[in-house]
Amino acid sequence: MKRHLGFWLAAGWAAVLVLPWHIGGVWPVFWPAGPQNGPSAGDGMPALIQGLLLGRPWLLASVLPLLAALAGLWAKGRAKDGAKGEADERARSAWLTAAGGGGLGWLLVESLAVTQPGLGLGAAAYAVVCLVLGAHGLALRGWCKGDVFIVASIGLVLGSILVFVGFPVVTILLSAVQDNDGRLTVAGLFDKLTDSGIWGLGCVLGTGSTCGVAWNTLALAGVVGVLTTGTGLAFALIAVRTGFRFKAALRLASILPVITPPFVIGLAIILLFGRAGVVTDLLSTLFDIPRSRWIYGMPGVAMAQILAFTPISFLVLVGVLQGVSPTLEEASQTLRATPWITFRTVTLPLIRPGLANAFLISFIESLADFGNPLVLGGNFDVLSTKIFYAVVGAAHDQGRAAVLAIILLSFTLSAFLAQRRWLGRRSYATVAGKGDAGLPSPLPSGVRIAASAVAALWTALTVLVYGTILVGGFLKSLGRDNTLTLIHYQTAFGIETGPNGWWFSGSAWDSLFTTLGVSLVAMPLTAALGLLTAYLLVRQSFLGRGAFEFLTMLSFAIPGTVIGVSYILAFNTPPLELTGTGLILIIAFVFRNMPVGIRAGIATLSQIDKSLDEASLTLGARSFTTLRRVILPLLRPAIVTAMVYSFVRAITSVSAVIFLVTAKYNLATAYIVGRAEVGEYGLAIAYSSALIAIMVVALLAIQLLVGERRLGRRTAALPVSTSASKVNA
Amino acid sequence: MTHIRTLSPGTTTLEPAPAAARARPAVEFRSVVKRYGAFTAVHELNFSIEAGTLVTLLGPSGCGKTTTLRMIAGLEQASSGTILIGGENVTARSAAERDVSMVFQSYALFPHMTILDNVAYGLTVGGMAKRAALEAARDKLALVGLAGLEGRLPSELSGGQQQRVAVARAIVLEPRVLLFDEPLSNLDAKMRRQVREDIRQLQQSLKLTVVYVTHDQEEALAVSDRIIVMAGGRIAQDGTPRDLYQRPASRFIADFIGDANIVPALLEGRDGALGRVRVGMATLTLPHRDLADGPVELAVRPNAIRLTSDQDPSDGLLGRVHFAAYLGDHMEYEVAVALGGREVMLFARTPDVDAPLSVGDAVCVGFAPRGVTVVPP
Repeated sequence: MKRHLGFWLAAGWAAVLVLPWHIGGVWPVFWPAGPQNGPSAGDGMPALIQGLLLGRPWLLASVLPLLAALAGLWAKGRAKDGAKGEADERARSAWLTAAGGGGLGWLLVESLAVTQPGLGLGAAAYAVVCLVLGAHGLALRGWCKGDVFIVASIGLVLGSILVFVGFPVVTILLSAVQDNDGRLTVAGLFDKLTDSGIWGLGCVLGTGSTCGVAWNTLALAGVVGVLTTGTGLAFALIAVRTGFRFKAALRLASILPVITPPFVIGLAIILLFGRAGVVTDLLSTLFDIPRSRWIYGMPGVAMAQILAFTPISFLVLVGVLQGVSPTLEEASQTLRATPWITFRTVTLPLIRPGLANAFLISFIESLADFGNPLVLGGNFDVLSTKIFYAVVGAAHDQGRAAVLAIILLSFTLSAFLAQRRWLGRRSYATVAGKGDAGLPSPLPSGVRIAASAVAALWTALTVLVYGTILVGGFLKSLGRDNTLTLIHYQTAFGIETGPNGWWFSGSAWDSLFTTLGVSLVAMPLTAALGLLTAYLLVRQSFLGRGAFEFLTMLSFAIPGTVIGVSYILAFNTPPLELTGTGLILIIAFVFRNMPVGIRAGIATLSQIDKSLDEASLTLGARSFTTLRRVILPLLRPAIVTAMVYSFVRAITSVSAVIFLVTAKYNLATAYIVGRAEVGEYGLAIAYSSALIAIMVVALLAIQLLVGERRLGRRTAALPVSTSASKVNA
Repeated sequence: MTHIRTLSPGTTTLEPAPAAARARPAVEFRSVVKRYGAFTAVHELNFSIEAGTLVTLLGPSGCGKTTTLRMIAGLEQASSGTILIGGENVTARSAAERDVSMVFQSYALFPHMTILDNVAYGLTVGGMAKRAALEAARDKLALVGLAGLEGRLPSELSGGQQQRVAVARAIVLEPRVLLFDEPLSNLDAKMRRQVREDIRQLQQSLKLTVVYVTHDQEEALAVSDRIIVMAGGRIAQDGTPRDLYQRPASRFIADFIGDANIVPALLEGRDGALGRVRVGMATLTLPHRDLADGPVELAVRPNAIRLTSDQDPSDGLLGRVHFAAYLGDHMEYEVAVALGGREVMLFARTPDVDAPLSVGDAVCVGFAPRGVTVVPP
């Protein structure tokens, strides 16, 4: 432990002596010029040098915590046993806790109280060092069973969530009570929150033509939730309760929404059902149905969302249906109930919690969706697009964006909490263990026909949509001019040879490279942070664990649009000035996709018996070694899942990052949305199908890698956790 | 299959603990309390365990015995109080920093490592060179009779073999204290007797200090030098197996260690260490155990009950056979007797299987002098 402490202490000195404290300035080239070159030029210097030379004496205080830690380290060398040793240990713990707490406290006060440039690498390193020093102190006091790694990890995860989720959300709340000049106007908040543009009921009461954007959003989400649940149920019934032969195809279809950027279905729908769309054309020539713009608005958005979210509700409901014990239905049949009565009185009530769950999940997805309303909404506004236009539009009203974001956040949070509170533990479905062999009752014929019809309709539309996406990129202008061409791909992905050799002349290359680069960097970080959080949640008990869990779960429920807005509000000015950098994109991806890692980690960890960790601990391995040598090898499937999903979600994400991209750091999705907005559908579709192809290749490659690994390893039976030991404890 | 008992103690590499350390108790609890929120799992626990002995923590589910074991291991932190191991205060230390090893109920073998790697794990994470660690692990696997299986994965071994790997993995570190958490509960009945004998042999030949948790009183009697019976998070009695069986401190202990019928009786006088105890018509002479004259309770072992069909109540009570079962080498009866104005069921076990009593027979119930003891009411 002494060695570790020494390392961290050295890192702390490096943070104040060597690393650039603020961003900006030039370091170390600038060394050792003084303040005469202007304060901005020295911003990149280490804290101590700035403190001494640039007239920023408050920065000198940064050494005090490091000196305290040094005192703690020195107190360590003495008696090991007995009362003296215990007194020493207490003193050391006090020094280190003071060092950690003091350092972090000073940094917080200093960065908020003093006007200065954005904090840089030195400050970041300093914060981490103080956290670890404090963790040493608290661990010596017996926190978390005296385990430094656990204390430090909790601090790190909690700190990063507070800074990159909590702080932006608080900023949004604050900016809602400020006007655009930064003055506090609490009085105006109520007016803003109850604005008729948000809550107006003109379309229903007949006093106006449009309804408030909040009602629009809720109505859309409600309709989409109900229809998506119905469609998902139809597919689930077909998959579980009929002799349907292409179940593998259903599974395959269920990964489609994962690899499809959210707005792509919207694009395809425009190309199919828009005024000049293929289907519209057909109907107009064959049946003389007049062309119209009906697709722009709620019908189109709802259609796109139902197509996109049905696989999600299918996956939820398949699990629930499989959990219904067939013996219950057999019992009903032996009591002389007809298939229809059995379905209505036994099966449906049993899966009711599952239906509610599927509804709420689709409801939340629809609330948070940004891409489809953006391309298909027309005059039909929802909260997510309204937020976007409030920020990027002519009005540029950040306060209004914040108010809208708060309303959207409260919707998604309520739905999310409802899902967890009501449904988290309520399930009638029994997990089919042994001795539960029975045949599920056949579906009543009416239900079967209805399910087949719904499924057929969905399948036809999906085939049409993906056909359009695949083919559309190769046609000059789908619907108008169906000549085959490679022009869109050439524009996007052209490679030319010039005097300096080959160069990427296509317009999409920049954004594609940025997307891949940012996604690849974010991928391991997301997986690591997510799995570490899952490990802390599942495996450790500590003070405030409940609050910790609530905070991490909270980040599940924040819509991307809200993240995007809150990031530009929070990270546009010092002390954390990150907008316009590639770093903010990476951070946005990490904290937006972290829940995926948490879920994968929790699912896998709860299948690994806790006594394995404990065995490792009693054998003398600290939790870090245990994590590395016992948990991580067993966690491999979860690691792969977390990496794949964070990669794919980073590539397809649009709602959060569309606020954060710049000309220098543009992302594929933002670029595509931009093309679609100006009507270059061919290019947008071509780029989208290229993205989908890239993700399919990535998924297949990983599948292949993981598959091989499974073959090479014998399946080891994990000891099943016996509840006896828990009852006993 | 080689068993531990066939090996001479000379093959061990364990060295006896230094004299100074031996003088101190291997484990000592001083006023240790464990709370989970408002619930107190362990109240003010005080005990110490001598080096080189096997001490069992015994008790029903939820009595706090596993919590106590896990506090020794460092897997649970005491809410207050002090825990010493080898005289050293380890209360705030993590499991990794304590000189103890544990054999888990589920064995907790790492499924992704071979059994050799499993046994070597503690040595390699402790910084020993890989080659030396594997060598030591190989020795210990041979000691528990698993030579030749080093390359197997845990899932390829039987339950009994896995158990022995778990033991080898724990003793390879030569811990000051070895902990067993219900080590037999995942084995079938025949294996249990075998394995518990192996554990006892190993403990005695290597002079290990062992703390052993079980809820099975027979297992506890068979392996222990000393038993600490716990109930409701407190120590109910602490003593040798013989103490507990013959001189139970309470009716709970009497009932828990071996079966016992609790019968109301009257202590009527004393003569030295012996007292006159009246039960029904009979008067027994038993150690009075310093109880005051007056109502007491008798703990009567089932095989201390004598059932005769003659109708002379002077040697006991009159009763009627309520239930009879034939179990091969003995008979079990439930006999209804009237005691203190109400009907009491006595459970009796007799070796006479050739002339069994039938349900409804009137019997006279007598008491053998051994197997009867007074307990505080």
